[in-house]
Amino acid sequence: MERKIRVLVAKPGLDGHDRGAKVIARSLRDAGMEVIYTGLRQTPEQIVNAAIQEDVDVIALSILSGAHNHLFPRVVELLKERGVDDILVFGGGVILEEDIPFLKSKGIAEIFGPGTPTSKTIEFIRENLKRPLDR
Amino acid sequence: MTDFNKLEQDFDAWNTKVEKANEKHPERKKQFVTGSNAPINRVYTPLDQKDFDYAKQLGFPGEFPFTRGVQPTMYRGRLWTMRQYAGFGTAEESNKRYKYLLEQGQTGLSVAFDLPTQIGYDSDHPLSEGEVGKVGVAIDSLEDMEVLFDGIPLDRVSTSMTINAPASVLLAMYIAMAEKQGVSAEKLNGTIQNDILKEYIARGTYIFPPEPSMRLITNTFEYCSKNVPNWNTISISGYHIREAGATAVQEVAFTLADGIAYVEAAIKADLDIDEFAPRLSFFFNSHNDLFEEVAKFRAARRIWAYIMRERFGAKNPKSWMLRFHTQTAGCTLTAQQPDNNIIRVTIQALAAVLGGTQSLHTNSRDEALALPTEEAVRIALRTQQIIAYESGVAETVDPLAGSYYIESLTDRIEKEALQYLKLIDDMGGAVRAIEQGYIQKEIQDSAYQWQMDVEKGERIIVGLNKFQVEENPPKGLLRVDPAVGERQKEKLSALRARRNNTKVDSALASLRSAAKGTDNLMFPILDAVRAYATLGEICGVLREEFGEYQPNVMF
Repeated sequence: MERKIRVLVAKPGLDGHDRGAKVIARSLRDAGMEVIYTGLRQTPEQIVNAAIQEDVDVIALSILSGAHNHLFPRVVELLKERGVDDILVFGGGVILEEDIPFLKSKGIAEIFGPGTPTSKTIEFIRENLKRPLDR
Repeated sequence: MTDFNKLEQDFDAWNTKVEKANEKHPERKKQFVTGSNAPINRVYTPLDQKDFDYAKQLGFPGEFPFTRGVQPTMYRGRLWTMRQYAGFGTAEESNKRYKYLLEQGQTGLSVAFDLPTQIGYDSDHPLSEGEVGKVGVAIDSLEDMEVLFDGIPLDRVSTSMTINAPASVLLAMYIAMAEKQGVSAEKLNGTIQNDILKEYIARGTYIFPPEPSMRLITNTFEYCSKNVPNWNTISISGYHIREAGATAVQEVAFTLADGIAYVEAAIKADLDIDEFAPRLSFFFNSHNDLFEEVAKFRAARRIWAYIMRERFGAKNPKSWMLRFHTQTAGCTLTAQQPDNNIIRVTIQALAAVLGGTQSLHTNSRDEALALPTEEAVRIALRTQQIIAYESGVAETVDPLAGSYYIESLTDRIEKEALQYLKLIDDMGGAVRAIEQGYIQKEIQDSAYQWQMDVEKGERIIVGLNKFQVEENPPKGLLRVDPAVGERQKEKLSALRARRNNTKVDSALASLRSAAKGTDNLMFPILDAVRAYATLGEICGVLREEFGEYQPNVMF
């Protein structure tokens, strides 16, 4: 039997816009995933701790403040430092197109911009999981 | 006189005829709904307004219940204030943008602060890393404020500051900076947002728990009523509630519920309602559904007037008036075919003007992608100027009044908002309803519904889920210089070395002891600001004394 996909939806930095994060969290839950939402103002350290503690398969980062180039790569770095390389990390928000290659080079698997349907995010997670789902 | 019996019979007959024709040529949809999912009838007639009472429901402009507007002549007397929300990077850069906007005919300033400033951290705080100057200007001390307003005549412009948890500190900096320019506090015009409840609900830049936050707010009410009489001490905001996904009714209801909570807090702090209430102001969103939005503004004015007069017994007509700023709906802008946003903003701005706004911010076409460029901001400002000078809609007061549809919508929004207000009252008021997560949950449900409607194609967004084109990523977007953070840090350390630190320490100690007691905190905050204590130092003392808000996280 397949287990459920576990996702941490996280808001790094000081940004308070979480309409998108909450809609994503709820749509992933409705798609049968187990979802934990961190709430606002999380440091990369807090996010990585929560991810490891909750044993998630996916970290979905949401940011609209423009601090993504600083905060997103830090999450991946900290995971590496903790010896974790099988959590899928991706992000969404208001992110300049020209920043995407940099973020991908830092290990962020994908960046979703405004207007992305939740179905696309769900599909992306299912296709790009790094951990097996069979128990 | 309308014979309602006859009309009813005729209307039934007409409907039967139309339904029959519909069988052959059906209407486009089974059900028509507003932007907030409220049902819309095929047509509105006098039958929808059978109990219409002009004096009770509308009144004349500038008179109770102000449904038609807060001034007797509205835009025939003076146009709304065109006020574009702006700020990014350093105080120097933002000062340049303000001067540009004033040269282009803007009539008021609106300051956007970066997130560290909004959350009371200095630019060199570890949590500020990567955020300095990003969504607004970085202000660490009075020194930055002096640069921000350099060469801007403070006795002639009005300044709105989007600042909440540390609003009293930024207001103190503004007052101190004005003094240095030779402009006394009683000549200052402007607004601090100062609305913490919607931060807990929707916007997220809270610092302190509700109780000390409400104290800081009522302290500014009291201070300003005596010392800065033309200042709007709060801008009770539905804008962000709507952006978070609320419907038009929820926007009105939750905003007015917050308003009631502030009035009650001020009364509890022994302030006289007719001294502070005239300086309360509001801030609403203007969304895409033109008629529903116009009705929303009218309904909000009417509800507030009755609340203030009947529920709180305010005697001063100025206490009854709901004056408001409007911003067009950022959440309706698309990253796809961004030029289309100019048209959306035009419709939304028109709704705000037809709804009788006192000031207006029009969003720029590129704001789903980045902070706006100068060119994009100019088009947004020109949109307002075209509405003001070319469209003719500003030449008579409340031109849509008496429309069967508009009056029915206004009545419906009023009725449904009052139902929410009753529910929130029964929960013990807005603060309790927020602590229980009730208001947040209602908004989240609406946001999710909207998203699902869009994904199912039940709600059409041009360029997003219909009429798409292949397009290249837009060029020439604004990027904030990442070196801003370093520059702010250098400025801060130079300031800390240069200022009289003994004076700073003693000012902060006085602030701490005032925070422990019940004195008005504006006085010790002003002293600290004048001594060049930083925002982070001042908020740091208050954080230690008041603690920090712990949100109820859910989705």
